Amino acid sequence: MGSTDTTAPKDTAPRDPAAGDAASRSRTAAGSPADPGLQHDLAGLEAGLDALDTVQTGRTPLRRTLVQKVLPPVIAVALVLVVWQILVWAKITDDYKLPSPTAVWDEVADAWAQGTLLGYIWTSVSRGLLGFLLALAIGTPLGLLVARVRFVRAAIGPILSGLQSLPSVAWVPPAVIWLGLNDSMMYAVILLGAVPSIANGLVSGVDQVPPLFLRAGRTLGATGLRGTWHIVMPAALPGYLAGLKQGWAFSWRSLMAAEIIASSPDLGVGLGQLLENGRTVGSMPMVFLAIFLILIVGIAIDLLIFSPLERRVLRGRGLLVKS
Amino acid sequence: MATALAKAADSTPAVDHAARIAHVSKSFVTPAGQQLVLDDITLDVAPGEFVTLLGASGCGKSTLLNLVAGLDAPSAGSIETPGGRPALMFQEHALFPWLTAGKNIELALRLRGVAKQERRGEAERLLSLVRLDGSYGKRVHELSGGMRQRVALARALAQDSQLLLMDEPFAALDAITRDVLHDELTRIWRETDLSVLFVTHNVREAVRLAERVVLLSSRPGRVAHEWRVDIPQPRRIEDPAVAELSVEITEELRGEIRRHGQH
Repeated sequence: MGSTDTTAPKDTAPRDPAAGDAASRSRTAAGSPADPGLQHDLAGLEAGLDALDTVQTGRTPLRRTLVQKVLPPVIAVALVLVVWQILVWAKITDDYKLPSPTAVWDEVADAWAQGTLLGYIWTSVSRGLLGFLLALAIGTPLGLLVARVRFVRAAIGPILSGLQSLPSVAWVPPAVIWLGLNDSMMYAVILLGAVPSIANGLVSGVDQVPPLFLRAGRTLGATGLRGTWHIVMPAALPGYLAGLKQGWAFSWRSLMAAEIIASSPDLGVGLGQLLENGRTVGSMPMVFLAIFLILIVGIAIDLLIFSPLERRVLRGRGLLVKS
Repeated sequence: MATALAKAADSTPAVDHAARIAHVSKSFVTPAGQQLVLDDITLDVAPGEFVTLLGASGCGKSTLLNLVAGLDAPSAGSIETPGGRPALMFQEHALFPWLTAGKNIELALRLRGVAKQERRGEAERLLSLVRLDGSYGKRVHELSGGMRQRVALARALAQDSQLLLMDEPFAALDAITRDVLHDELTRIWRETDLSVLFVTHNVREAVRLAERVVLLSSRPGRVAHEWRVDIPQPRRIEDPAVAELSVEITEELRGEIRRHGQH
């Protein structure tokens, strides 16, 4: 049985090595019409195995989503309002320190009636989103460089993660001195807050890409930039999205810090200025209104943009565990 | 790099090997010093041939496959794959979870340079070849283990390489599924002009599939023995002839392993 002859017959029919490629190509036609009965058997067996093993996934029905996802937070908010109203009734402190929920609601209705409410929100949201997009445009290539180029990582990697723990409000004074009281100062503060977390998210996303994907990509010919585009970036997407989420939170926080500290008639009234104005005129309902709006906008952007995006990505990869 | 990846133009006359591994050695630097993993391996895979590389753990069979795939460079010797960059299948399916089954195959086609308008049709054809018609839009996690390996096979075939390297691709599957995939692989190998270099530690699998079984010794890996398998295809893993040769090869393999316990 021992033989080292390398030009062997495929199946039982001898193959002429000299005829090479052409001979081997015609193998199916001439060589072995492989018994159709057996082939049919195999196809049936395989179809059965596939049917038995396939995982069935479906979406949760709307009713269950409402009961499991929407109802609990609604109850929690209602509970907070009830406790708040009870505290007001109990007169645990002065009216000007703790306004009643209705007083805050009147403030909302007033601002709405005057048509200023959406203006406050839009001033801040447009700043926040534009700043975030700028941070995205800078943080992404930066993160990619840190993740993929060893020298860059050694040089600025630690600084980048250190910057994350620096409260971005610290950047407000220098930004005011460098850029003056204008929108570019706001954007500078947002960038300094958001760029590190976006870049760091991408770095950790890239670090967690399974080496198997990189090897598989290389055997398919995805090397260099093509490898980055087709394999590394999509594989790192979940970590990147987590970084974006955090980046948005940092953008929003930095912006509020900047708006509260730096106010000027040229800047228009955003939510941060609204809060500061409330303090100046001693109107607690206005302060509460501003705080709620800041909170609600932060949550809304997360719920409307980032959470659906993240869920979509995770569900597509089968990473979303249904409880 | 010592590896010569000579690309065969269509006009050149057919070469007499799909892979030529000549005097290849590979050593790694470990804390314990230089460790020789592969020692002077010489092995040809003829066009259209199915060769299984068999060995106990530590024989460097996966290392050898990585060298042939061009993922790593040999320390000495040369490797030629005239048919271009070989396709490689892993024990894990290695499908990209952010793409559907069909798009995984299309990515391989795209990286090979297939025009955009042809990719969809070609991907459907390859899925149909592995009998997964209608699975184009399925996500990887929606497929069973056997189906994933078949998509991985289709993706490897999409590279249109003459040489397919397989690194224990069925080791993680249950016995029934593995058996079915053996039949599939044999069928596809016979329907195409593919040469296969298949690594396994499963003697019966090696005999079931191969025209030639190459036994590697361990630490360092050397070619210890070769058998030509003349049992007509399609074979079954339970065929008496397969069993008989498996017994012979297993004896040899055990002898190789025993040598390591003697000192």
